[in-house]
Amino acid sequence: MSEQEHSEHIVPPSTYLAIILTLLVLTGTTVGAAFVNLGRFNIVVALAIATVKATLVVLFFMHAKYSPKRTKLIILAGIFWLALLLGMTLSDYITRVDYRGVRFPISQVTQQLPAQRG
Amino acid sequence: MSATAAAPVKTLPEHHYLNATYGIRSWLLTVDHKRIALLYLVSVTFFFFIGGFFAMLIRLHLLTPSGYLLSADTYNRMFTMHGVAMIFFFLIPSIPAVLGNFFIPLMIGAKDLAFPKINLLSWYVYVVGAAFTLYSMVSGGLDTGWTFYTPLSTIYSNSAVAPAVVGVFITGFSSILTGLNFLVTIHTMRAPGMTWFRLPMFVWAHYATSIVMILGTPVIAITLALAGMERLFGLGFFNPAMGGDPILFQHLFWFYSHPAVYIMILPAMGVISELIPTFARKQLFGYHFVAAASLAIAVIGFLVWTHHMFLTGQSTYAALAFSFLTFLVAIPSAVKTFNWVATLYGGSISFDTPMLYAFGFLGLFLIGGLTGLFLGCLGTDIHIHDTYFVVAHFHYIMVGGAIMGYLGGLHFWWPKMTGRMYPEWLARIAALILFVGFNLTFFPQFLLGYLGMPRRYHVYPPEFQVYNVMSTAGASILAIGYLLPMIYLTWAAFFGKVAGDNPWPATGLEWKTQSPPLTENFEVTPIVTWEPYDFHNRPDLGLDAVASNGVAPAHGDD
Amino acid sequence: MHRTGELYGQFKTLEQQKETATLGMWIFLITEVMFFGGIMLAYALNRHFYYPAFAAGSNTLSLKLGGFNTVVLLASSFTMALAVWSSQVGKKTLISIFLLLTILLGFVFFGVKYVEYSQKFHHHLVPGKKFDIFYCVNNPASCPDVAADELMEESNLLDEAKAADPDLNAHAQLYYSAYFGMTGLHALHMVIGAGLLFWLLKGSLAGRFTPQWNTPVDIVGLYWHFVDIVWIYLFPLLYLIDRHK
Repeated sequence: MSEQEHSEHIVPPSTYLAIILTLLVLTGTTVGAAFVNLGRFNIVVALAIATVKATLVVLFFMHAKYSPKRTKLIILAGIFWLALLLGMTLSDYITRVDYRGVRFPISQVTQQLPAQRG
Repeated sequence: MSATAAAPVKTLPEHHYLNATYGIRSWLLTVDHKRIALLYLVSVTFFFFIGGFFAMLIRLHLLTPSGYLLSADTYNRMFTMHGVAMIFFFLIPSIPAVLGNFFIPLMIGAKDLAFPKINLLSWYVYVVGAAFTLYSMVSGGLDTGWTFYTPLSTIYSNSAVAPAVVGVFITGFSSILTGLNFLVTIHTMRAPGMTWFRLPMFVWAHYATSIVMILGTPVIAITLALAGMERLFGLGFFNPAMGGDPILFQHLFWFYSHPAVYIMILPAMGVISELIPTFARKQLFGYHFVAAASLAIAVIGFLVWTHHMFLTGQSTYAALAFSFLTFLVAIPSAVKTFNWVATLYGGSISFDTPMLYAFGFLGLFLIGGLTGLFLGCLGTDIHIHDTYFVVAHFHYIMVGGAIMGYLGGLHFWWPKMTGRMYPEWLARIAALILFVGFNLTFFPQFLLGYLGMPRRYHVYPPEFQVYNVMSTAGASILAIGYLLPMIYLTWAAFFGKVAGDNPWPATGLEWKTQSPPLTENFEVTPIVTWEPYDFHNRPDLGLDAVASNGVAPAHGDD
Repeated sequence: MHRTGELYGQFKTLEQQKETATLGMWIFLITEVMFFGGIMLAYALNRHFYYPAFAAGSNTLSLKLGGFNTVVLLASSFTMALAVWSSQVGKKTLISIFLLLTILLGFVFFGVKYVEYSQKFHHHLVPGKKFDIFYCVNNPASCPDVAADELMEESNLLDEAKAADPDLNAHAQLYYSAYFGMTGLHALHMVIGAGLLFWLLKGSLAGRFTPQWNTPVDIVGLYWHFVDIVWIYLFPLLYLIDRHK
């Protein structure tokens, strides 16, 4: 229990300044990238940049880099469970084949069936 | 200090948490985890009887095939409100918020939970949520089923859905706060020497439960928030008319609500893991495995939720995977069950009331768990899906498992909570009545379901009447079985024989302090030097015979 | 008594007390991750099903306002981090200054959000019976804040989307459900955060935070940064769909 306290680490303002500048540059990058047609990779790039930004905030602004292992474990557990929620639900949708053998996504199909919706 | 060496006339200690301060304010503004536990005890008992009342109406209605008592609409409201009251307001808070709240700090040698004010806040949050739900019940009731499936709940139902959704949403935060408090407490508040592997199994079970509360409850919160906004403001995620997907609601709902079953059963397993070693006078068999099984159930419990949705048109491939994962839950559950049985083997078993509940739990959980495998199997699920088989299955787990554990725990710790003993023979008879009544109520429902009687119908074909009459008769016996403990436990709290510090005797740290405990739990912070459930090296328990030849003396009747 | 940084009864040491508070906040933030996770899931699925509607919806948002708000929020995270730093090194005046700056930036965010929301109300872009994604295109007089060339562009965009998805109006409501649901919940968290910041400011003006005891600044900081992270994801997910047309 007591070893946690020794890890109180004071991050100097210069580090914060470097981080905020990086974050602003990345914000510009993500806006710029959105105006380039990358097809389906637009979303991948956008999420990758957002993840980098979030990671910087967590590691430095939130001091996770200097926190005990337990805090890091909690963060990883949170990400893992979020991935479970998203991934396992999507595992249903992306493998779905309806009773007529139509593969998902079926946005067009649902539109043809208004009567059945009651 | 030790109980067996006590003088013939025992008296309550002079100072304890119950007489520390007086007045209604001292209860409503308390930050003492023990008093908050009692506040919870009163409120969950209130909801238990509300839920029980609805259950009784349902059973009475089903006495005849044509159902003369309630209209179809009223019947829908009855089973819905039975489910909502029992699940969200009784079963989920019951063991954690009452017994967990009371005993986790005592068991780990802390003065209180880590956040006493948040603990009190959680009770108030519960009360506010409960008030909304009660309002929904009296202002027309709720007829969507406790599952709030969309679009019925968001568009078509003309019952009081909005206040109920708000109520359940709010109560979720009470659960989150409790779980958060437990996790932090178990991490940071353990007494010197109370290492992770000296924690009682009850604490391990609550650690696992808290993980589920922390990670699952926010998802039901957002789900109900979206459903509520859809009903009130016309958001469209679950509305097929706007292109939304009702199945998405079911995914989100069951992401929490399946693990919620483990919020109910894991603490009960924790209680049983305390009862069996105590009344078998034997170290818990396979301590590390039982602890790991709790965590495994908590984790795997998150991976199985779509088995509630096998017949909703979800992907066959996903269903296959989820069916397989469902079977995996059986492994840690079986690990626990086998370890309990192995603990009994060669033990010096006494049949005190808590142990009777533990035996009841073992049998009923076994049946409930194994029938869960029938339902997790894709083929058989097509046949028994949405029938009384399902109803019987989850009542075996939730009532036969969770409530048996809860009552067993209440009896076990009642002397610690109140300082007084309940009437032993009456309690044994009540336990027996409960067991008989329970099986008579729910076993016929397995048969009904297998024969094809759907759940939630207010009429049924005449050939099912025999089983329904049996079930209703059982429910009446069950009602007596629940009323008895409520009456004699209340009586015992005021007039029972003074119990002493450690009447059983049991090995946990909570039994090292006086009964009822001081407000600050221990006079001095205890230092733990012994292993859990070790009856051999504990001369302070007064079990000399155990130490010498490993065989405990037979229990005398109290 | 707790405001002075004394030891609570249930703890043995101040270190234990601080450790407990920090751990509690981190665990709370994980519940927040799951909370936002649910609506992210709804977003992800619907975006997948109704991409043309989502792209069209996203293009009706103002990138300028959204981008500006992103910068504001990042800056507020920066000032919050500096407030925590000031409390760690014991610069008592600086704590108040940085807290005040953080609050101000928060209110700038609210102001911009208010402008955005009221625009959507005027443009009939709130899910419900009155929702009409073609409202501005069909009634340019009612939308004086949209320039003619923008309107022209929007009209082409919507026609294209309509060709791809005949039920565009229904599905665009799903996009706006996501928009209002996600930004609304985020704004709610900001409001709570702002309340906490005022509470901190009161404490710091009274000089309560010292290098030995600054737990409240620290854990409110964690919360504020988390709210920032949510926006870091919301911005590209809501504002930047299919901007390259």
